[in-house]
Amino acid sequence: MNYRPHTVGSQPEYLHEAYQSTRKRSPLQPLVRLPPGCTEASGPVFSPQHTPPIADMSKTADGREAAGQRIVVAGRVTDEDGRPVANTMIELWQANAAGRYDHPGDTHDAPLDPNFPGLGRVFTDHDGCYRFMSIKPGAYPWRNHHNAWRPNHIHFSLFGPGCASRLITQMYFPGDPLLALDPIYNSIPDTEARRRLISTFDIELTLPNYALGYRFDLVLRGARATPFEGA
Amino acid sequence: MASATSQQTIGPFWHGHAEKVWCDLTRFGGDTGGRRTLTLTGCITDGDGALVTDACIETWQTSPPVSDTFPGWGRCATDAEGTFRIRTFIPEDHPRQAPHIAVLVHARGLLKPLLTRAYFANHPMNERDPVLQSIDPDRRTTLLARPVGEGRWQFDIRLQGEGETVFFEI
Repeated sequence: MNYRPHTVGSQPEYLHEAYQSTRKRSPLQPLVRLPPGCTEASGPVFSPQHTPPIADMSKTADGREAAGQRIVVAGRVTDEDGRPVANTMIELWQANAAGRYDHPGDTHDAPLDPNFPGLGRVFTDHDGCYRFMSIKPGAYPWRNHHNAWRPNHIHFSLFGPGCASRLITQMYFPGDPLLALDPIYNSIPDTEARRRLISTFDIELTLPNYALGYRFDLVLRGARATPFEGA
Repeated sequence: MASATSQQTIGPFWHGHAEKVWCDLTRFGGDTGGRRTLTLTGCITDGDGALVTDACIETWQTSPPVSDTFPGWGRCATDAEGTFRIRTFIPEDHPRQAPHIAVLVHARGLLKPLLTRAYFANHPMNERDPVLQSIDPDRRTTLLARPVGEGRWQFDIRLQGEGETVFFEI
């Protein structure tokens, strides 16, 4: 497999000064390009049998409701040529409605919600579509700079066909005033690529009297159709 | 053509998905042909030599062949000592490349994953492996896990600076 190079500006660089944690963690040496067809062109396949879906994060397995605004999130996963990425696992994690993660390292003094572990897992169907229920995550402070607050976001992790298509990203919400101030969101040079991380409010997806709907489509890196095309 | 969705950091709070069993690729036992197991341990440090205690390591190997009894894929969080530990089977010999395990590093401060490879020091195929041989000899050792006991190999990862690990792109 010969993967397409990334579109210029669509991906962050490792070093993004405004995001302070990158300063000591970004490599200084140039990366070395691996040959096509390498080990990394393939990757793990997960199945719902081994890793059961958790498609409703808005309540516990025994039905206790998490605090917060219920949301339903749906979208489609395709590759760069528009082909659906079927049966791929999507891992999800997020803060609770008060902006606190159920994680020992999160020291923000907002309340924990015993009914919200904040973890989800869904699989795309044959057409690349996925859907899950949750609650809208809260914004939270972090120590990157004075008065730094992360915008509301949900973490997404996908594998696709291989290590080369591995994607970890964050879904943001429309109209969030914190986006313009966020170094992580702004680490993506291209304005349009950045904007695609913002989900779209969708009244058709919205469940009457129950949950607001947001649409979020994802594109995984694709292979060139033939190994030498455009090389 | 659409361009691929932008990467964003995994952040420090992903650990809910670090299921303990995923550190052990031998958990299904089965027909791996009596192949020897190995424990790959490594410490991750940053440009100041500080321990990276919030990283997620993912490993991928296609040999022995991925099957119902061998997932090929592992995930491990680093602990308070910045250390990860993966238990797996020793990769098979291949006519054209040295045995290796692909390693993806995710962490707070990494806006996209870092990809490297663990080869095995002193393996005779290392001298003929095209990827390993393409690396400046001064830096090649950063890709070699070193033996530290029976079936135990150490593969430290330096994200930045002196002794910086060689990282790859595809």
